[in-house]
Amino acid sequence: MATSYQRDDQLDSTAEFTDNIERREILGKVFELLFLFGLLIGLFVLALLLFDILKDGLGRFLTPGFLTETPSRFPDEGGIRPAIISSIILGIVVIAVTVPIGVGAALYLEEYAPRNWWTAIIEINISNLAGVPSIVYGLLGLGVFNYLLGFGPALISGALTLSLLSLPVIIVTAREAIRAVPNSLRYASYGLGATKWKTISSHVVPYAVPGILTGVIISISRAIGDAASLLVVGAVGFLTFNPGLFQRFMALPIQIYSYITRPEPGFANAAAATIIALLLLILVLNGVAIYIRQRFIIR
Amino acid sequence: MQNINRDDLYQRREQSLEKNASEDILEKIIGVVLFACALVSVITTFGIVVIIFQETWGFFQEVSFAQFFLDTKWTPLFADRHFGVWPLINGTLLTTAIAMAVAIPLGLSSAIYLSEYAQPKVAAILRPAVELLAGIPTVVYGYFALLFVTPLLRNIIPLELFNALSAGLMMGVMITPTVGSISLDAIHAVPRSLREGAYALGITKLEAIFRVVLPSALSGIIASIILGVSRAVGETMTVVIAAGQQPRITINFAESVETMTAYMAQISGGDSPRGSLNFQTLYAVGALLFLITLALNIFSYWVANRFKEKYD
Repeated sequence: MATSYQRDDQLDSTAEFTDNIERREILGKVFELLFLFGLLIGLFVLALLLFDILKDGLGRFLTPGFLTETPSRFPDEGGIRPAIISSIILGIVVIAVTVPIGVGAALYLEEYAPRNWWTAIIEINISNLAGVPSIVYGLLGLGVFNYLLGFGPALISGALTLSLLSLPVIIVTAREAIRAVPNSLRYASYGLGATKWKTISSHVVPYAVPGILTGVIISISRAIGDAASLLVVGAVGFLTFNPGLFQRFMALPIQIYSYITRPEPGFANAAAATIIALLLLILVLNGVAIYIRQRFIIR
Repeated sequence: MQNINRDDLYQRREQSLEKNASEDILEKIIGVVLFACALVSVITTFGIVVIIFQETWGFFQEVSFAQFFLDTKWTPLFADRHFGVWPLINGTLLTTAIAMAVAIPLGLSSAIYLSEYAQPKVAAILRPAVELLAGIPTVVYGYFALLFVTPLLRNIIPLELFNALSAGLMMGVMITPTVGSISLDAIHAVPRSLREGAYALGITKLEAIFRVVLPSALSGIIASIILGVSRAVGETMTVVIAAGQQPRITINFAESVETMTAYMAQISGGDSPRGSLNFQTLYAVGALLFLITLALNIFSYWVANRFKEKYD
């Protein structure tokens, strides 16, 4: 796709000006390869990382009982059931909390909010919250849920902390989905005498569901993989029971971290096997979302 | 703009029909409920600021500003306590610098290739593939840095078991999509006509990229880099696992360093009771981290909007 301007060879260039077109085109080709190379490095690292984790962890992952037993003090025994259960409960609570609040906030900003300074403050706020590091959310959770509300270092504190962490992403993506709903739908609904809320709940939201789901999945994947905020809230590295909402808890990424920090050699394989479990969980989530999205797309 | 029209329409409908009282009350309630949802974000910010600065205030009752900002030793857990935060800042800067040295070239070359060279069908596959890098949990990058990258590099150069280099390299890969995505959007926004104009002047594709496209997209690119720095500064698990926990002032990337986030993660594991100096130290470092990332985010936002090229 060389769109460059080919000079006519009949024109002889003067001594003080040579256009060097061949050299410049060759340089162009070299740089094109360089850019491609830069893009492929990232993908290569990703492939290497996945390969390395499979190599280290697949054997341990496939040992019987790895997904169904409680942890043991020995690297080759026991399993990661409490971490899996913890992560699943965390995910469910995060979805239950963030989806209504996030979609509600997005609807307010897109459909109801007047254009004034107050709305501007809310918008700037949300974009700033999206950039706050996860560990700072941990500090917030520790202060509010552990101490102020008195839950202590329990699963519910971790879940609510992750919910706050996920909210900005959900709000931003839900807003984009709602903005993409064509106005003609709204006009048609008003034209038939529907109220504003009726219009939004039965036309705007269903139309925006696929886009909203995408955002939910992105943020849940992030929440399930997050360890920093949970460390601060007080997740434990070793747990021998399935936690309830108000008990000490862990999560898959915390289990991975705790395995990595153990000095005995076998624990590295246990960590890799737990990483496989975590990546599979994220993959399954994405698969489910893509399936639901396909079902919902209105043609 | 859109909103005003929609409201108008709704108001006209209101005037044209008889008021239905129960419907009206419901509409009002819904409006209030949705507003309350939007308010959660404001309350979150408020909560972060109040809680962090309350504990930090307590910290500075015990430790003076001078001890925090002028001392060069960070030993809050030793018998001989020093609270100089510079070693932690040094660790953060060092790992962030390495990460950006990776993320800027990789991110920009990905963005340029996807926007200017790749066929649309190829780009549609490659872009999500690059985005995947951001979707991998950071604990996984920590594992890879400690157990794959460090042993590999130790065959070539002498490194400590925990070192800034491996952690920084993996952080760079992690941040590549942040830099790449936002840069790509900025490059996409450069109108075709500018490129065509450049070609008409007898310029090659590469020269057009370097002299027309990139300068036009510069504000977006710089904003993406600043945002990348903010991500790197706030990144925790990779540095905790792979860079170690040695607070020291050094520019030697082969050594173990401790970042602000790594210290916070280290002290969180212990059960420091609320009100203890250790607990307050966690918040003081957190406050500094929060202020740095906030400043970077605001700066990024400002650059993106301040120098935006207007194409009309």
